[in-house]
This record gives sequence, structure tokens and C-alpha cells, in this order.
Amino acid sequence: MNAAAKPGLIGQSVTRKEDGPLLRGQGKFAADINFPNQLYMRVVRSTYAHGNIVSIDLAPALAITGVVAAWSFTDVADIPPIDFRLTRLEQLAAYRQTILAKDKVRYVGDPVAVVFAEDPYLAEDAAEHVVVEIEELPVILHADGKIGEFRDGLPTETALIEKGYGDVDGAFASAHAVVSLSLSIGRHSGVPMETRGAIGRYIAETDMLEMYGAAKVPHWNRDQLAKMFGRTAANTNLFEGHVGGGFGIRGEMYPEDVLVCLAALRLGRPVKWIEDRREHLIAANHSRQQTHHIRAAIDRDGNILAIDNEFFHDQGGYMRTHAATVPDLAAAMLPGPYRIPAYRVLGHIRLTNKTPGGTYRAPGRYESTFVRERLLDAVAARVGISGVEVRRRNLIATSEMPVTRALETLGTDIVLDSGDYPKLLDKALNGIGWDDLQTQITSRRKAGELVGSGVAMFVEKSGLGPFDDVRINVGTDGLVEVVTGAASVGQGVETVIAQICAEKLGASYDNVSVIHGQTNRIARGLGAFASRVSVMTGEATRQAALKLRDKALAAAAELMQLTADQLDVVDGEIVRLDGGTGPSMTLGEIAKALEPGGNLVGDGEPGLFAEASFESKHMTYPYGVHVAFVSLARDTGGISVERYLVAYDIGKAINPMLVDGQIVGGVAQGIGGALYEEFTYDDRGEPLAVTFADYLMPTAREVPDVEVIISEDAPSPLNPMGLKGAGEGGTNAVGAAIAAAIDDALGQPGAITQLPVSPQHVKALLNAKV
Amino acid sequence: MKPAPFTRHVPRTVDEVVSALAEFAPLDGRILAGGQSLVPIMAFRMARPAHLIDINEVEGLDRLAVDGDYLSIGARVRHGAFHKPVIDGPLGKLLAFVVSHIAHYPIRMRGTFCGSLAHADPASEWCLVAATLDAQLVVKSVRGDRIVDVTDFLEGIMSTSLAEDEFLAEARLPLLPDDTKFGFYEFSRRAGDFAMSAALVTYRLVDGVITDACVGIGGAEDRARRIPEAENVLNGQAPSPELFVAAGEAAATAIEPLEDAQTTAEYRRDLVRAVTRRALERSTQ
Repeated sequence: MNAAAKPGLIGQSVTRKEDGPLLRGQGKFAADINFPNQLYMRVVRSTYAHGNIVSIDLAPALAITGVVAAWSFTDVADIPPIDFRLTRLEQLAAYRQTILAKDKVRYVGDPVAVVFAEDPYLAEDAAEHVVVEIEELPVILHADGKIGEFRDGLPTETALIEKGYGDVDGAFASAHAVVSLSLSIGRHSGVPMETRGAIGRYIAETDMLEMYGAAKVPHWNRDQLAKMFGRTAANTNLFEGHVGGGFGIRGEMYPEDVLVCLAALRLGRPVKWIEDRREHLIAANHSRQQTHHIRAAIDRDGNILAIDNEFFHDQGGYMRTHAATVPDLAAAMLPGPYRIPAYRVLGHIRLTNKTPGGTYRAPGRYESTFVRERLLDAVAARVGISGVEVRRRNLIATSEMPVTRALETLGTDIVLDSGDYPKLLDKALNGIGWDDLQTQITSRRKAGELVGSGVAMFVEKSGLGPFDDVRINVGTDGLVEVVTGAASVGQGVETVIAQICAEKLGASYDNVSVIHGQTNRIARGLGAFASRVSVMTGEATRQAALKLRDKALAAAAELMQLTADQLDVVDGEIVRLDGGTGPSMTLGEIAKALEPGGNLVGDGEPGLFAEASFESKHMTYPYGVHVAFVSLARDTGGISVERYLVAYDIGKAINPMLVDGQIVGGVAQGIGGALYEEFTYDDRGEPLAVTFADYLMPTAREVPDVEVIISEDAPSPLNPMGLKGAGEGGTNAVGAAIAAAIDDALGQPGAITQLPVSPQHVKALLNAKV
Repeated sequence: MKPAPFTRHVPRTVDEVVSALAEFAPLDGRILAGGQSLVPIMAFRMARPAHLIDINEVEGLDRLAVDGDYLSIGARVRHGAFHKPVIDGPLGKLLAFVVSHIAHYPIRMRGTFCGSLAHADPASEWCLVAATLDAQLVVKSVRGDRIVDVTDFLEGIMSTSLAEDEFLAEARLPLLPDDTKFGFYEFSRRAGDFAMSAALVTYRLVDGVITDACVGIGGAEDRARRIPEAENVLNGQAPSPELFVAAGEAAATAIEPLEDAQTTAEYRRDLVRAVTRRALERSTQ
């Protein structure tokens, strides 16, 4: 049988490799990991948003039986602050967070001390006995207000982001009209079902430091921990277990990760820390909060001639591992799918006395898509054309691809690699039945209802390099092991990588296992972020699998006295392409022949394995369209998302079911940011959303059945399978599309200028209209 | 989110409950029934009772039965007991309709009717039911039993007239005449959340006009209560959309709206206007 005659695994919605243990309750999350004799860590957090630390008295906590140690900053002063992983700007270094607050606290939740005790209840009791005296200082709660002082004359405006191209001033000077908007996005973030957790363990006899509960970027965190402790990467290892959601925030290096490892080293016992939900909502990275003042210069037909944007990014108390990443992406990705001849952006990164920020699924893009698409809707209103028409007029044509934007982000130049944006818009409109929908809207309005639709478009980015390594090994039992430096935060990495490996190698899917997130198994790795794994790890896997196939066929040819081009590998078995029968053999048997001392080793390296590294200087750019249909209750202002459609072109879907899941989950999170989730503060900087009663996550009752169109019109030219990442397109444009639909339902173009939109706000808009 | 240390007591009889309360209430002791409000706030250490008197093993407190002209609901009766009508007639249907709005299924399988009343959250659906239907509450202590009208029981936000050594052993809801019509509507941002405003209405139609109208509003003031101004609009009138609008207007005007960081007084009145009208509309369906 010829492999080519069989449908390939790539592109099939095979069931997930990950699901067996998860569905059987056999998953192993951070809280499931325990070691004999372990201690429990509890963090004492600032209850003030801003203040000078006058004194910290640990003695009352230490006096409690069962409390083993307690530290404040002076105990950890030798540990450097946590460094930046992405988008480093040197002037930001002074604003990094130390693992315990030094002289000042800068947000409610800022770690000021830690206690270590024999059980978690005792640890929490002891934490209450740490006496922290703080002299309260005035707070900064608005990123676009007055600039304050971080310390010693350092301003709370930590950096400016400046990007652009073309003659912006000239375009505005000669424009037919200028459209200006002020828009803001609320503070919200990824809230995984599993909170953070870390278990540090030191094995003295081998001088090995281990951390469990790692996620997302284990190798980078390993290198950083080694550096901070003056150790080497070789005697520091991080291990990722099951991860209950990442979304950008989980797996970054936080003070608590460093503290458990430091405690394991110093106390000689394993140390466990599991974040509780209240801590999570005040201590893990927040995201999104920005205010934009944007202007477009347009001609009489609604063609955009230039965009000029100034925005303020609310970073919270410190610069964390992402440094300038979020505002940089917001600035760089703002032009989206449109032909913007001239562009200028100025972003202010400002510290406030709130929880520090980081990335959250579609970082910078959820924000700037909201801003750009609101602008497009405003241009349409100004010129008197529809939202669909204004987009058609401004979309980049396929004939213009690839488009170099003269912008850079994440260390790469933005080159939109491929796309047919107008075609995807048509697909989305056809998919939702746009014309019928407009008819329904007309008739329901006649019956007195408030209903409306909105469209938003966007370009995503994915497949961030610069490299990914994969090693594939076939055991003598025929089982195939793929080892990668990628990570899994629950998105189905094992499944997707196994699909690629199995198809390209010719192995059975069931016989492929995928190892990720284990720093002792592969020297380097970049982990899972920026929708990079399918593209980068996927391509490295393809290359390694093909190499391995060649190696296996060469060995088989020798054993079977045929040439390699007469053979194929199907389901782990070597078969003759001509269909001829005779002795056949399996990959396992070849592996045995290639064992040290095996009959085929000869002068070569023993073993049936292959390695490949894929390097890429440019990201790939998937693109999408969101269509929202909402109804509003005239009397309560209640907002109901009745229909939601996402069309997303990702070049090639390895597993459409997983892509669908990514998009639907992404939409749910986008709806959260559009209508429900918000970290609010009182005027002293006290957080008001510290439980799920106040931080409103949308549930199955609030999220409609999302209609998904997975499109493969524009394979990426940057990798042979044409892959583009699928992780963030579901979230990207939800705020934009829902805002447009609410405007439409209200009959008030441009009414929605900030997210999230509450029923109270809708009701106020309705009352104002009467 | 680990509670502060406490001692749990497990009485088996009502006598043991009241004795334990007499002994431990002065030492910061509290009743534990379903625990769906108390346990989370203990986990936050916002409540740190030194003693919990766990009534989940007490015989007889799970009694749910008709006694003469009222329905008796014992202190251990869970919300979930009302998922299907517990009695024939409008009261059973009313309770079954309302219960589906209380939080989420797992919470309903554990939380109790009387626990909701004792907790006295202004937005509690059961407080609204009790207030609208003029419930009577059986309160017990070592000093004896007393029966309290709901209007004297609910005093404010999380505040009741229960003395330190008393516990709510039973709630009594008057049976509703068979021709009673009812409607309930609540508004919250998400399904299952505490209502930002809720309305429960009951009335009878005699010769085509409304009589015995009861209009209860919850979630809008510091406690659930009947709104006589809205009832007066309804009594003696034939039901109509215009009448329901007028009743909503009367309710919205009559309340003293709660304000918080998320909710203005004006919006709260808007919601009361809306939920009252919607509850009345549902009563005709």
C-alpha cells in the first residue's frame, strides 16, 4: 500500500492525545505534585496600593510552632530583580520587580514577606502574624494623568514607543476630513482555571535544583533562575506538568517562582506554593488597560490616507518579564489589514499603583483592533457608507502581497506574508447570511426591538522564531518519541506534533508520544507563546521526521537488499512501493539493527533518531473577520450576544477540531473583556474585583454557539506546510465587533468608546436618547 | 484561602443545637447549614468563627411538609428540594420557578432555604419569596421558641433580628389559593449571579380585576420587602400592559435604591421599573 493513497493525518480532526489522563482524572497539575517533607509557602502581600515600608516584624510569625522560616527583603537582598524576557528596552531595567518589595510597596498584592510552615493552614495563620507597617503615599491610578515618581527621580512614564512611516503631517494637511476618537480598553486578563503553583526542590547529593509547576517558557525560566542564584543551567531543571490554561499570563517568571526555589536551596526541604484565587486576581499579570487618542485623515470616499495615534498603556506597579511587549505590539499591529499609506504612533508606558501587567491572548491586538475598527466605523459614519463598505475600500488587495509595513515588533520586521482579505470578508458575510441578517434586523426593529450587527477585521501574528529544535527517537519497540522545547498550556501540542510526526515519518499516530516542557530532555527551547508552536515546532518536527524516515529507509534498503526509493513507511512498517510481497520489517526492528553493536551501525552513530532545528526571522500573519449580532433590552440595558461568527485564515489547519476549540475559547475570553471582566479599583487603589463574584467571567450561559469558518486560502510562504498559528484570532476582534453591533442596535454610531460595556452604560445611552 | 482555626460541633437534636448555641455563640460560635455563603467568607478569613455548630446531622430539620394552611420548611431543606413542585397548586410552581434562578446547580444541592433567610443578603431570592408571601419564621433558643413575621426578621444588609443564641429552625410560607397568579423576574449581568434587582408578584383575578396583589422587590434596597405603592396601583384594576408599566413606575418611585461602585441609584430605579413590569407580564403567561 502506498502512503500517498491514504488520507494524511495532517488536516484531520483526530482526537487529542492529552484527553485520556485528563478525562480519567489522572491529570497532574501543580497542586497534585508533592514531595516528602515539603514545606508550604505563604506570601504576605501589601494591603496598600502605594507606601513606604516603615518596618516588617517577622518575629510573631516565627514564634508559631511549625513555622520554619520567614523572610522580608533584607533576607533576599542578594537576589537580583526579575529580568525581561521580551522587548527589552534598557531604560526599563530600573523598574523591574524584586522578589520581595524593597523600600516601597506599589500595588495591593505586592509581596512584602514570605513564611514557610509545615502545612498550608499554618502558613496562612503565620502570614497574618507578620506585622507590616506602611506609611501610605498618594496613588496614581490613571495612566493618562500626571506623571509621578517611581523612586529617586525616576518618572512613572517608563518609556515611549514610537513607530511609523510615511508623510503623516502631509496627509492630514491635505485630507478631505479628519476623524478623531478617544477610546479605552478595560483592565482584564487571562484567568486560567488552574491558578499558579510552584514546587521547588533541591537535591543536595547531586547539587540539582528543580522546579515543578513550570509552564509556557521552562527553558528561559531555567536560565534565569540559574543566573539569579549563581548556578548553571546544567544543575537547574524545570518540569511542566499538566497546565490548566496559560493565555499569556501563566508560566512567566514571577516572584513566587524564585522564592520557592530559593527556599528549597536554603532550607533544604521541598517548598510548595499554590496560589489561591484571590491572590491570582491581584498578583498574576493583568493586561489590556489602554487609552487611545486616534485620528484618521480620509479622502471623500472614506479611504484612509493616514493614521495618527497617541496612547497610554497602564502597566501597573512594575515592569515585568514582558517589558514593553504589549504596548509595542499594540503600536506595531494597529494598521491591521488596511492600506494605511502613512502611520504614526506614540505610546506612553506608564506605571500606576495597580497589579503589574503582561501579555494576555492577542496582547496589544485586542486593544488596537478595538481602536482601529472603531475608527473604521467612525469613518464609515462620516462618509455615509456601511461598515462593510468602508472595510472593502481600505483592505489590502491580494495583488499587493507580501506587504512590508516598515514597522518592527518582537525583534522582527512586519511583512504580511500572504492573504486574501476581501475574500475572507465575503466568506464571513456569506457564513452569517449577512443580507438575511439585515432583513431580520429591520423586521425586529419594526417590532420594537433593539438589535444590531457589527463586523471587525484584523491581522494576527504567529510563529515567532528565532528557532525551535526537535529530536525524534524510535525505540526498539517501535514507539516514537518526539522531544521538543515547546510547552503545552493545554492547547493540544502533543496531538498536533504527533500528527505531523506520524504523517511525515509514516508511523502510527497512537505510537507517537510528545515530550515538552522538560528542561532535562532537550538543551534549549522557546516554549509556547505568540501562537508559535504549530508553526515553529511543527516545521522542526516535519524536518526531523523526514530525516528520520530517510535514515530508516536507508537502513531498511540495506537489510532488504533494495534501494530506498523502492520503499515506504506506513504505520510503522517498511513496505515496498511496488506492492511486492516478501519479508517486511518494522521501524522497531530497524531501531534494533541500529542499536549500539547492532548489525547496521557500522561507522555511523548508533540509534534510530533524527534532530532538526527550524529557524525563522519573520512571523507569519493569519487574518480574520468577526461578525457579532446582539440584542439590547430597552428597559434594563441588558446585552445579549445572539450570534457570533469568526472566519479565520490560518493557511493550513493541522487539526481543525483544535483550531475550532481555540477560536471558540478565544471568543469567550473576548466576550469577557467586551462585556463582563474588569479589574476595578477604588480611589485608594484597593482592588474591587478579588473574587469571581466581582470579576465576572462569562459562562456557558453568556457565550453563544460560536460559528467558525476555518479558511486555508493563504498558506504561509515561510514554511513548507503553509502554517500560521491559530491561538489568538478568536479573541482579537471581539471587543471591536461587539462595540459595533451595540452601536448599531442603539442606532447611535460611535456610542461605544470604552470596554467593557455594562448594561448600566447601555441604559444610560438609551435614557440620554429619549 | 484556608480558614482560620475553628472547632466544629455536631449536634443530633434541636435541643443539642440550642444548648450548643447558648454555650458557644458568646464565644464566637455560628450555625453551619449549607455553608454556601459562610464557608467562602471563612476561606477569605472575612469571617472567622471560633465554633461552628453544624446542623447537618440534626434529625427533623429536613422536614418539608404542609401543616394546615402553610408550608413548613425545615432548616436543613436544600434549595434543590424545590426543583420540582413540592406541593400541588401555585406555591409549589412558584418555588420551582424561582429556585432555578438561585446560583448554580451544585450550590442549590447544598445551600438551604432557611440559611438564605438567616444570611439576609438583600438580593436573595428566598428572602424575596419570604417577604412577598408574608412568611413566618420559627426561631429557637434555650429560652424557648418564638414566631417572627418576616418583616420583623429581615433588618438590613446581612442583618436579622435573630439574637446571638437563636437559630432559624423553620420557615412557614402561607399556601396560595389555587387561582393565584404569580410572576417572577430578576436581572443580573450573568445567569446565576445575585440579582441587581428582582421582583415577585402574586395576585388573584376576581371578576377580571386584580385583588390581593403582593409586589415584592429584592436586590434594590437593603432588604427584600413588599411595595404597597405598587400593590395599590394593581388592586381593583384589570391587568393590562399599561397597568403593569404604572405598577413598575410606582415601585421604582417607592424604593430607596442601594448604590455601589457598579450601580447608580438611577440605574437601580430603572431596573426596579423593568423587573416589576416583567414579573407582572410573566404572571399572565
